[in-house]
Amino acid sequence: MTRILGVLGVLVLLYGVLFNTHERAGSLSNLIDVANYQGRYGLITLGAALVIIVGGIDLSIGSVVGCSAIVFGVLMMEGVHPFAAVPLVILGGSLIGAVNGFLITRLRLQPFLVTLCGMFIIRGIARIVAQPSPHRGTVSLSNVREAHAAFEQPLLTLRYYLIGKSPLDGELLFPAQFFLLLLVAVVIGFFLHRTAYGRYWYAIGHSELAAKYAGVNVNRHRVTVYMIGSALAAVVGVLLFLNEPSIQSDNAGVGWELYAILGAVLGGCSLRGGEGTAVGMVLGAMVLPVIENIVNFRGAKSDVIPFIVGVTLLSGTILDELIRRRSRVYR
Amino acid sequence: MGTARILVTSTMSTARLEVRGLRKQFPGVLALDGVGLTLAPGEVLAVVGENGAGKSTLMKIVAGIESADAGAVWLDGQPVHFRTPAEAMTAGVILIHQELNLAENLTVTDNLFLGREVTHGGMVRVLNRRAMRQQAAALLARVGLPASRAAVRVESLSPGEKQLVEIARALGTAVRVLIMDEPTSSLTQRETERLYEVIEGLKAAGVSVLYISHRLAEVKRVADRVCVLRDGRLAGELRGPEITHENMVRLMVGRDLRQFYPKVHRRGGGGLPVLQLKNVCWAGGSSEPVSLEVRAGEILGMAGLVGAGRTELAEAVFGVRPLSAGTIELNGQPLRITSPTQAIAAGIVLVPEDRRLHGLILPASVGFNLSLPNLDRLSSRWGVRPRAEAELHRTWIERLRVRTPSAAQPVALLSGGNQQKIVYGKWLARQPQVLILDEPTRGVDVGAKAEIYALMDELAGQGVAVWMITSDMEELLGMADRIVVMHEGRIAGELVGAQRREEAVMQLATGGNTR
Repeated sequence: MTRILGVLGVLVLLYGVLFNTHERAGSLSNLIDVANYQGRYGLITLGAALVIIVGGIDLSIGSVVGCSAIVFGVLMMEGVHPFAAVPLVILGGSLIGAVNGFLITRLRLQPFLVTLCGMFIIRGIARIVAQPSPHRGTVSLSNVREAHAAFEQPLLTLRYYLIGKSPLDGELLFPAQFFLLLLVAVVIGFFLHRTAYGRYWYAIGHSELAAKYAGVNVNRHRVTVYMIGSALAAVVGVLLFLNEPSIQSDNAGVGWELYAILGAVLGGCSLRGGEGTAVGMVLGAMVLPVIENIVNFRGAKSDVIPFIVGVTLLSGTILDELIRRRSRVYR
Repeated sequence: MGTARILVTSTMSTARLEVRGLRKQFPGVLALDGVGLTLAPGEVLAVVGENGAGKSTLMKIVAGIESADAGAVWLDGQPVHFRTPAEAMTAGVILIHQELNLAENLTVTDNLFLGREVTHGGMVRVLNRRAMRQQAAALLARVGLPASRAAVRVESLSPGEKQLVEIARALGTAVRVLIMDEPTSSLTQRETERLYEVIEGLKAAGVSVLYISHRLAEVKRVADRVCVLRDGRLAGELRGPEITHENMVRLMVGRDLRQFYPKVHRRGGGGLPVLQLKNVCWAGGSSEPVSLEVRAGEILGMAGLVGAGRTELAEAVFGVRPLSAGTIELNGQPLRITSPTQAIAAGIVLVPEDRRLHGLILPASVGFNLSLPNLDRLSSRWGVRPRAEAELHRTWIERLRVRTPSAAQPVALLSGGNQQKIVYGKWLARQPQVLILDEPTRGVDVGAKAEIYALMDELAGQGVAVWMITSDMEELLGMADRIVVMHEGRIAGELVGAQRREEAVMQLATGGNTR
């Protein structure tokens, strides 16, 4: 609870700074833009946070985002209808999670190593798939539209509902990605806080052994959580494709797994596992886009963003540890 | 003054090690209550006693691993107070642990000289490998290991060889007292024989040996003298021909049972078999199959020394450890159990030996822990029903008289007895058919113990088949309707009715023969 209030305080402070940065910073269109970023980061944060709650880590999220965006585009260029391509990509994402989960639970490999390898492998797949072939060019929304006129209408619909862009002029009308985040957060919050699944996830995170001895099917739950995490990353890949003019396989989603982990930790997840709330995850994920926006308005180059992200994460971790030490009643 | 001083020194000098009035209090347990003993140069003194009698604590104090609350230790007439094992080692008191203390990734020679490497001197301390090799060969020869072993990495040695390397390392220092804690627990018969020879050699060299063991046959073989500990006190001392299996067992047990073992609800004898194990073997266990049955309404007590395979058997039945052979039947129906989930669904539950590791999610609340295995029953389509959950918490906190401010209290903050009650509560809410209790009252205060015993009696009276694994002799004799004793992975015997005597249990548990 104190944790949620803490993040909330930070957010209020950051928005205060943002409003005073530039006259356009407080404009509706800018706020919607920021909210969309928050939605995108928030979705992968939810996935990363669930994995962290069961005591794992997923470093492949960013690659899954990039790869999903590429595959989504390529599928459509190859003639798959957008409405069919979306579920296919999400299914593919959850398959990646299933493989990660399988390697971690059945072969008892370390989550860090498995998903680190996954990060490279999936990035590699994205780059191979993205190579332009004679009959199609680079992966981009405009190329899909050019190749398949019939997809124009479905794509406009998707862009309206998932990104919030007007079918008429492409203007941002409302923060659809943020709304999607809220929707998913409510569903995940329900499972996490109201059902047996959530209890099992917390139990596994705190003590895998004790959970096992209490009859929890530890392996199955861990696999499920990795699948949810990767599926959400795939959703974000779809959003990314719909939002960007074109997708570069070598930088789309790079480093996003760290943004997701950052959001989860800021939101109150402990990397030791067993802690975290859905509300906290959403609030935690909202921090970074505001910082980025402030930096942009200050006219600083985007080069300083990693530095600021790192300092923020480190401060958060130190603060977290200090609070933890003060309130430690057991070991 | 001068003469008095000489007199004192001369009486002292007969004892290599003398311990007087050692006292050590652990939370809830008085581990040592004024223990004293002496050890002559070149003597082998065995210290025996039941699990928890205080043997290990005594040894740890002498070796500087634990510090005593009261009492004193003299070494060759000098009062000593070791604060660390390193200090004890420098003085020549070396403890060889049950868990070995070698650096697995280094060679035997590296280990023999770890911390006291021979160098060419100077600032950079270049290792004098040749000198170390030569000395290593000599040390290994003294424990009967071939010189070729010196260059081998420790991880590739057998447990017995590792034990011998530890002894060789001790020999390399100016060892005066060698303490061996269960040295044969991981040795083969041949390695054990070699250990005996090494001990003979140590005696001849004037090294005193403190030998701790459960295995009475072994003690009979190596010890010049035996001290028996019971409940943290010295129960008696045996020397020479007095050292017999019977004498040791009599001293180890032999106390009157108190009146807190109720048998009010049980009708005795037990009903139909509920759980039957037929020729069961488990992964990593002995090859000899185990058969066992637990009947409705009885408390089956299972005795045996630590490492006899009791916990492993229970874990195999509970689905934690895979079965390699045999069948489990519940009410006459064969049952396949490969995970705790299945065992629990069938009505078999386990109160594990280590509640902090296996029994409870310590940082989580009392309520979280009580609910955890019952969530299937507490959930509806809309998730866990808060009212049903609160009801379950209230019921079991009241019924087991758990002393906690609320269900929201982290379970880690409760006392051992109350923590253990939570483990019982989470299972009893499921109304199990078979209740497996592994050390049901370990680390539990006397008050909570009495409550747990009353509960066990009540449950058996309701027809639950209770299988109680215990190393507490009093508890075993006080609560069990029938006793099965395990020894080295097999059932050594069963004791019913008047056969349920401590001597008989100890005989079977230590590999002796009663039949």
